[in-house]
Amino acid sequence: MKIGIPKAFLYYRYGYLWETFFRELGFEIVLSPDTNKAIIQSGTNHSIDESCLSSKIYLGHVEWLIGKCDYILIPRVATYAKDQIVCSKLWSAYDVVQNIFRDRDIKILDYNIDYAKNKTEFMAFLKMGRRLRKKRFSILRAYFMAKQAEKMMGERHLQEQNELLNKSDDLKILIISHSYNINDRYIGQPVLNYLRALDCTPIIAEIVERRAATLKAKEISPTLKWSYNQELLGALELYKKDVDGIILLTTFPCGPDSLVNEIIIRRTKDKPIISLVVDEHDGTAGMETRIESFVDIIRFKQKGVPGCEK
Amino acid sequence: MRKISFPRIGNYEVPFRYFIKNVFNAETVTPPANTKRTLELGSMHSPDFVCAPFKYIMGNYMEALDMGADTLIQFGGPCRLGYYGELHEQILRDMGYEFTMINLAEINMKNPKSVWEIIKSYNENLTIETLVKTLLVAVAMVEKMDELEIYIRRNIGFETEPGTFEQLYNVFLADIEHVESKKELKQLCAYHTKKIKNVKTDLPKNLLKVGIIGEYYTIMEPFSNHFLEKELAAMKIYVTRNMNISSTVFHRRVPKILKKVQHYVRYDIGATGVDTINAALNFAKRDYDGLIHVKSFGCMPEIDAMTILQNISQDYEIPILYFSFDTQTSETGVQTRLEAFQDMIYMRKGKR
Repeated sequence: MKIGIPKAFLYYRYGYLWETFFRELGFEIVLSPDTNKAIIQSGTNHSIDESCLSSKIYLGHVEWLIGKCDYILIPRVATYAKDQIVCSKLWSAYDVVQNIFRDRDIKILDYNIDYAKNKTEFMAFLKMGRRLRKKRFSILRAYFMAKQAEKMMGERHLQEQNELLNKSDDLKILIISHSYNINDRYIGQPVLNYLRALDCTPIIAEIVERRAATLKAKEISPTLKWSYNQELLGALELYKKDVDGIILLTTFPCGPDSLVNEIIIRRTKDKPIISLVVDEHDGTAGMETRIESFVDIIRFKQKGVPGCEK
Repeated sequence: MRKISFPRIGNYEVPFRYFIKNVFNAETVTPPANTKRTLELGSMHSPDFVCAPFKYIMGNYMEALDMGADTLIQFGGPCRLGYYGELHEQILRDMGYEFTMINLAEINMKNPKSVWEIIKSYNENLTIETLVKTLLVAVAMVEKMDELEIYIRRNIGFETEPGTFEQLYNVFLADIEHVESKKELKQLCAYHTKKIKNVKTDLPKNLLKVGIIGEYYTIMEPFSNHFLEKELAAMKIYVTRNMNISSTVFHRRVPKILKKVQHYVRYDIGATGVDTINAALNFAKRDYDGLIHVKSFGCMPEIDAMTILQNISQDYEIPILYFSFDTQTSETGVQTRLEAFQDMIYMRKGKR
């Protein structure tokens, strides 16, 4: 049996967990390709105009998988704690896909994470495994293997990032962007590549010790409830002293970012900061100029070029 | 004495003022009703693609502070609304305003003791008795207002003497603000309800019925939806809109709603998205000729609800007109689309 995984949204957070879990249970995985023009086009065609680019991309990936696998994995994630929520696009992903593609005869494999209502990840995976007719023991084994893989990869990424932070003499630019944006071939990758071409070292805010970052965020912004934004805001505080500039990279019109980025800009006085917004029409075109001038200004300031003093 | 102000929404300034006066023992500063100026002021100081209610409330706060308010209240909410207060406060302070912010989103409502302590810190003389009494009266006020408004919305297009409903309702609002007890409120309500329900109306036999659904700020604040309900009434349309503070704050039971919409939705899709779907289903199953969905630009739960509304529209063969309001919506555009919609549902009705 083949399980289809859309390479968008939560894939970039749970990819290792999912892939290990299903492989351990003996399933074949069909992963949609990196985001391309065709995927964006199909996602846009299936979306309500005003949806955010990230959710349009998600629908494009789901559409790509239709007919290529037995099940498409679409989790629903609502809360990680009583006083937190995640973006409502992830609350509704399952129902939106179900309604949009209802004539296409698709089978969705879903699970529900809602810690505020005591729906834990562990129970969710157990239930999903049972639905796939696996024995309880093999499910447990697969889940723990998957958690192990997830943890190892998380630690490796953190370690790599720390090395970058300590070693490099290049200009370090912190990019504050959701995991599904910074890792996307169409949104984040061009920005990362361009920064590297300018001899900068991009530091990715999304790679962070999550618990520490969340705690930090609560100090800075007590009424912030969106878990992923809390992690990013906390990461900003944790990494700020080691970087030379900050890029806020978001998709149009992201709900949580529309408020949180404004808070970040208003509360970060000691580092240069720019905000880049990507939509499906222009993509990252035109951004090169902005990034280049941003980097130039930071370098001028550091060199003390007249008119650009610190 | 503190001068407390609050955001405008519909006619709810009456219970808000009542609550603030009695609980905080303070003066109230009511910002002027929303106008183009409010929106312009607000947009100027708000982030680009934040939803329109943020900009309206920003405008309300600025106008209130300019009128002399020294304390602002933000009620919070389940979506972006819950984070509004902190950013409003930040922006206003950056602009140089000095004020106290009472942000209910900071309070953990599930812990009554901490709620009590926070309220008490603004008014030392407050007793639990007064708080409970005021709360009960304010809630009853809102419920009664919502009930009467639903009745008026349906009938106002058909009053034989134009303006009667509005005039009577304004008297009602002015009267209830000064009640002392729940008993007095009840008597007043009974008196006014009778008067309002006695207004002569002339409902035609072949009535056009439209249901209004959507995001709760835009649906409740008439300026932000270009006085949609009034326009419809002027077109002699019977208008029903059940979303109000009573139905979203006091009497909302998500599991119950989910059961009713289970044919379309399995999970809560965030904010009041499932309420919208439930309302649409209710209208579609009854004899309504069309639905109008309103929201502010970019409202995510409502955008998701729209994908489901499209299926409901198809399954029940009921037309839905979608409005997404932002700061640049043109008056004529709204008018033209409404007229076309009216023509369309009128012709459909003829065919049936």
